[in-house]
Amino acid sequence: MIYLKLFLSFLQVGLFSIGGGYAAMPLIQYQVVDKNGWLSMGEFSDLITIAEMTPGPIAVNSATFVGIRIAGIAGALTATFGCIFPSLIIVSILAFIYYKYKGLSVLQSVLSSLRPAVVALIASAGLSILQLVVFGDEKISADAVNWLGALLFLTAFLVLRKFKPNPVIVMLSCGVLYLLITAVIDYAVKI
Amino acid sequence: MAENSSNEKISKPKMLLKLFLSTLYISAFTFGGGFVIITLMKKKFVDELHWIDEDEMLDLTALAQSSPGAVAVNASILIGKRICGFPGMITAVIGTVLPPIITLSVISFFYAEFASNRYVALALKGMQAGVAAVIFDVVCDMGLKILKNKKFTDYFILAAAFTATFFFNVNVIFIILAAAVIGTAGAFINRRREKRK
Repeated sequence: MIYLKLFLSFLQVGLFSIGGGYAAMPLIQYQVVDKNGWLSMGEFSDLITIAEMTPGPIAVNSATFVGIRIAGIAGALTATFGCIFPSLIIVSILAFIYYKYKGLSVLQSVLSSLRPAVVALIASAGLSILQLVVFGDEKISADAVNWLGALLFLTAFLVLRKFKPNPVIVMLSCGVLYLLITAVIDYAVKI
Repeated sequence: MAENSSNEKISKPKMLLKLFLSTLYISAFTFGGGFVIITLMKKKFVDELHWIDEDEMLDLTALAQSSPGAVAVNASILIGKRICGFPGMITAVIGTVLPPIITLSVISFFYAEFASNRYVALALKGMQAGVAAVIFDVVCDMGLKILKNKKFTDYFILAAAFTATFFFNVNVIFIILAAAVIGTAGAFINRRREKRK
């Protein structure tokens, strides 16, 4: 039965991908391309591009995309549920342990040393995205700099620090501005 | 605690609705990995609504990151459960997965055109710049707070974790485990010191 197969395949993706995002990619490829042949390798790489370009976790995006192509909306829902089911169980248990033993001095000490590590991880994720904006997929060099992207980043950062606006509006404005400015420059070059 | 008293002011169905709309909104506009969504959740639930304090948010982030599955889903499970128990957990998860389900369902019908459209690509490139700015803003807030503590071990963990993940691509799980080991060792050293006194 196709629904059960979809559920079990994405259950494994959800269960074995630790660290999120890119860690899930090879697992999805194994289930979707190699084992079940639901997508060709070309379709799979399209899927990854789309998953990166649209909101939401890659695993959930893939589950929806594959599910809907194999078995319609019901397939999309089944696959997505399979993908988040392990999280629901395991994270609930961890949350229970966290709130029960939070007061213990050992756990306090462990948690307080996790905090700087988490900040470092977030900083690194941000820097990777910035690198992608400024240098694209090229190696880091002065020729490859995307000045418009860099300028937009700097402006957005300063506006955020100074005026504390809604972050979603900042993100959307950056998208619109980038599109408009590039279009205007293209047009100017043509004339 | 101040945050508990403010929780009790709103009725439970209202809170669940607010939780649902907040997670829906955050998820719909979050491009990029789990850390992006976590920075937005921090802005919403810590800075704006004051439902969770900052240290607890960092703990929940570490838990979400070291559990299997998508970080965004894990974080919404933890935040939903913290704010409204089991119903909160289900509400937050549905709010988080609904936008990608809808977006991907629509896109799956014309994905080739979408992926190769130049204007879509340009707008997304600009949004990446905005995402990076939002992340750096949150990192500044949290980083300055840690630097203010003036604890040598915190500086060390911050620098070492950053070097390991950014320059050497060390698996996140190992970094979190290593920090946990340092924390455990710290607890035992402190206990010994206190006993000697």
